[in-house]
Amino acid sequence: MNQNKRRAYWRANTNLIVNLLIVWGAVSLLLGIFLVIPLNSISLGNLPLGFWIAQQGSIFVFVALIFIYAIQMDKIDRKYK
Amino acid sequence: MSVEIWTILLVIISFLIYTYIGWRSRVQDSKGFFVAQQGVPAIANGAATAADWMSAASFISMAGLISFLGYDGSIYLMGWTGGYVLLALLLAPYLRKFGKYTVPDFVGDRYYSNIARLVAVVAAIFVSLTYVAGQMRGVGIVFSRFLQVPVEVGVIIGMVIVGFFAVLGGMKGITWTQVAQYFILIIAYIIPAVAIAWILTGNPIPQVAFTFSDIVQKLNAVQVDLGFQEYTQPFANKSMLDILFITIALMVGTAGLPHVIVRFYTVPNVRAARYSAGWALLFIALLYTTAPAMAAFARYNLIDSLHNHTLEEVRQLDWVKKWENTGLLTLEDKNGDELIELTPDKETNEITIDRDIIVLSTPEVAKLAPGVIALVAAGGLAAALSTASGLLLVISSSVAHDIYYRMINPHASESTRVMVGRVMVGLAIAIAGYFGINPPGFVAQVVAFAFGLAAASFFPVIILGIFDKRTNREGAICGMVVGLIFTSIYIIGIKFYAMTPWFFGVSAEGIGTVGMFLNFVVTLIVSRLTSPPPLEVQEMVKMLRTPGS
Repeated sequence: MNQNKRRAYWRANTNLIVNLLIVWGAVSLLLGIFLVIPLNSISLGNLPLGFWIAQQGSIFVFVALIFIYAIQMDKIDRKYK
Repeated sequence: MSVEIWTILLVIISFLIYTYIGWRSRVQDSKGFFVAQQGVPAIANGAATAADWMSAASFISMAGLISFLGYDGSIYLMGWTGGYVLLALLLAPYLRKFGKYTVPDFVGDRYYSNIARLVAVVAAIFVSLTYVAGQMRGVGIVFSRFLQVPVEVGVIIGMVIVGFFAVLGGMKGITWTQVAQYFILIIAYIIPAVAIAWILTGNPIPQVAFTFSDIVQKLNAVQVDLGFQEYTQPFANKSMLDILFITIALMVGTAGLPHVIVRFYTVPNVRAARYSAGWALLFIALLYTTAPAMAAFARYNLIDSLHNHTLEEVRQLDWVKKWENTGLLTLEDKNGDELIELTPDKETNEITIDRDIIVLSTPEVAKLAPGVIALVAAGGLAAALSTASGLLLVISSSVAHDIYYRMINPHASESTRVMVGRVMVGLAIAIAGYFGINPPGFVAQVVAFAFGLAAASFFPVIILGIFDKRTNREGAICGMVVGLIFTSIYIIGIKFYAMTPWFFGVSAEGIGTVGMFLNFVVTLIVSRLTSPPPLEVQEMVKMLRTPGS
């Protein structure tokens, strides 16, 4: 693999990581903790939304993020093979 | 059949399964002993990682902790799951690509230094030893509560079982028993949770019942009536900043724990490492999204069946009698009005509940068959034994592989290396068992250490080792040392010398976050001020970043 192709592969990988980590931090730290009080004035089912994100929603998002990363990396791997 | 007979039967059957798997998975070579021949399929490694990760504390104590903390219990839920995203995106694929046996292997090779290797070995052993003592204690407690066996005997039985498959099969034996242990522990956790959700709300899926039934609203109202904060009220026990720091420390600490990281060395390739992190978190999420539902249901149910009833009335419930006998539930009519009342004030409160009861008593409260109660005992043992075995292997490989083979005798033969590995597993079990029987008073207090130190030592140097080519030996050593010293002093100061949490009120559990940032900053600055890493190390980093295994 030549230098340029290798750089492009690494850039594609790090861009994907940064985007997914922004979602990761936004959901858990921002919505689940920092903005939990304003979010609690909205409800999801019978739970305050902020509380639901902190105890349920964030965990579902974490699982999804890892599988999205694995699937997207398969595509990037194929592209730069 | 009585609960005791059921419990003995299920515990024996599960132990026979572990022993059989251990015998089938015995190995002779070092690659089999330390990394299961790198032949574990992604989904199996996911289940093994989940069992490896979920300890006696996750299984027995976490739901109880949340039920007392309400919203603030989210630190454990987000902290102990969010770390897997970091692991999957930033660590696991590259460490698998690196392809050696341990975490100190990576640190030592990447930073071309045996001092860095030694710092990593010491941190790995310290973190794992503090953690494993608690697991052996957990084994003993499950035995004593369910089978009325003395704690010591329980610990020794646990040592013999773990010893058998870990000494014979090393990582391979541990991996396949962990897969079996995952299924036992998750079934044991889900059945009572489904039953209590069904009884209280008419909906059998705990996560759905938690969100859409009116139990949490009722619980909020009851809590306020009794003078507590609402259950869903944020920051009732800790400040927002503290919650934020603790959550980050637990996330980063999870991603930096050696016994979790090494699981990703056992899969066949980089792609499998990525997927197996996903499977691991999916399997963990099954328990972690059930726990908060169980926490709220159990709290509501306990208040509902105990508060404002007479003593005679509640003592007619079988489970009340049983748990009063163990001393984990105490009822005392202090004001003599014949009713027992739950209040936030210690002076007037008449109901004291140990947090471990929440999970352990649920099957009885929900009036499930004795077989299910026995299953919870087998599940608790599976959770404790699976975590203990993963930790024991880290301790063994740290000494046998990192110190003996990489530093003392690089010409050691295959058979000698495996032999040293087996002996070290045996020795580690003996030490863990000793701490399980004679728990040092500080065990509960040093749990914060394990996460704080993992966050402040391993995490930054591994990340920078992959993502920053310029990071060199001097930077990594200074960073780890500064991170470790700062975090240790803060934790020791608070836990043992009544130091005030001077860093913006951040508690000992959350200070690892600050230690981690310090480590990052020091490593980056010192690396820039000293000479770049040698060419062959830069080539190695390049190799880690290219596709394919």
